Amino acid sequence: MFRFVLLFLLAALPLKAEEIVADLSQSSVGISATFDGSNILIFGAISRDAPAPTSEPLQVIISVAGPSKPVTVRLKEKKVGIWVNSDSVLIDEAPSFYSVATTAPLIEILTDDEDRFHKVSIDRAINSMSAQIQSSGHARDFVEALIRIRTDNGLYQVHEGAVELMSDTLFRTSIDLPSNLTAGEYTARILITRDQRVVDMFETKLDIQKVGIERWLYNLAHDNAVYYGLMSLFIAIAAGWLASAVFSYFRP
Amino acid sequence: MQIYLPIAEMSVNAFLLLGLGGMVGILSGMFGVGGGFLMTPLLFFIGIPPAVAVATEANQIVASSFSGVLAHFKRKTVDFKMGTVLLVGGLIGAYLGIQLFNHLRSLGQVDLLVKLSYVVFLGIIGSLMFVESLNAIRRAKKTGTAAKRKKHNWIHNLPLKMKFRASGLYISVIPPFVIGIFVGVLAAIMGVGGGFVMVPAMIYLIGMPTKVVIGTSLFQIIFVTAFTTMMHATTNFTVDIVLAVLLLVGGVIGAQIGTRIGVKMKAEQLRILLAILVLAVCGKLALDLLLQPGELYSLGNSGGH
Repeated sequence: MFRFVLLFLLAALPLKAEEIVADLSQSSVGISATFDGSNILIFGAISRDAPAPTSEPLQVIISVAGPSKPVTVRLKEKKVGIWVNSDSVLIDEAPSFYSVATTAPLIEILTDDEDRFHKVSIDRAINSMSAQIQSSGHARDFVEALIRIRTDNGLYQVHEGAVELMSDTLFRTSIDLPSNLTAGEYTARILITRDQRVVDMFETKLDIQKVGIERWLYNLAHDNAVYYGLMSLFIAIAAGWLASAVFSYFRP
Repeated sequence: MQIYLPIAEMSVNAFLLLGLGGMVGILSGMFGVGGGFLMTPLLFFIGIPPAVAVATEANQIVASSFSGVLAHFKRKTVDFKMGTVLLVGGLIGAYLGIQLFNHLRSLGQVDLLVKLSYVVFLGIIGSLMFVESLNAIRRAKKTGTAAKRKKHNWIHNLPLKMKFRASGLYISVIPPFVIGIFVGVLAAIMGVGGGFVMVPAMIYLIGMPTKVVIGTSLFQIIFVTAFTTMMHATTNFTVDIVLAVLLLVGGVIGAQIGTRIGVKMKAEQLRILLAILVLAVCGKLALDLLLQPGELYSLGNSGGH
């Protein structure tokens, strides 16, 4: 309810010529025991206090980003006949999940400067500053490897042209959340551009959390590791005893 | 049916895990082996991170060993004194193994350590079993010439002797203690019970009577794997109880079926089959290390899981 009120308030404020009003199909996603991926619908409209300028077409960029964490990328090399991890580069911050959907190829609708400032493309969303300082030159390969691996795992997605825009006003897209998702606070962001410049930006939180037994077990394992360990042993011993009791009962 | 594993943080097919547990359970029932040395590599193959596979498998072995040892308690075929000496060594070994495991984990080399250990041990055990069962088949055809064991060796000249009544032995505590340490290290880094090393060592090195060997080794394995489980759970947070439960449900049922199949089949042929299976798993792991991987880069979490 509160969000709807907020939406109307935002729509009513005449700050800019064109303004985004948007929402998500759900504000939270629960990772339950049977979680097998999900998808989220992001939709909205552009409110105007004057007729739309006709010069350059309006473009929409929608991104969903997972929590950013440092990542170590390791390179395997052949040593004494076997492939072992040798070189590694620490990347300061990389989102655990990143999906960007647009109305047209990103390169045509956003300048490089704007991309750098708003961190829109996957490349810009990853912060590899200190990695580039640490290792001269080949840090680029490690960043590319990170993007490639996460893209293969469905964690980094680029969907150019996947945002539907109707009469320059209504837009929507749907973003797939894969089953190997990590929990955390996600951010959904909508940018509108004209002439490759950002006109307005809208940001909202998307809470992705383990729920039910998944959440309980994960928290117990991390916060009360001793109890979790004892519980695991108890379950194991009980199961072992039960199995032997059941089968010796059936055995003549 | 997909199920999300809370610690491994991935979604897997529950029936696949039940099936794997069942299959390894059948084999362990047929051959009287623990099955950890087959289950852990199979978990690698389906994409479970090695650290989670090793820790979770330790927990599952607690269940299967406990189930097995109860029968030996009833038949009084457990040498508690020998078991305790093996256990003290085992706990020390497991502690050292965990330290090594955690150190290499921080260096990003734990996968290599675990996989290399598997290649070496599966290779040795598989080849020995293969040769041994080939010989047994040959012997069975010739009939008559049973191999004799040497009773006295250098082991009997070591100090710190102790009486082990249940085994009918008066020997030094050093050999079982050292064997215990070795098995403890294996339990910690490979997620195995170590029965496949301990049982032959108890028979051939210590000279224990065969009837108390299995019960005594199970007795040691329960405590060492329980300790390993606790260590992994408290230092690495890698024990996945959902994974463990799925595997052990399949495992205990499979083991009971396997025991029945085992009784009806010829031992030598069975052993050759197992040897081939062990060598196949070893070969697959070795190829992964030897051939150039499709993706040379890998990602690691920095700062813990």
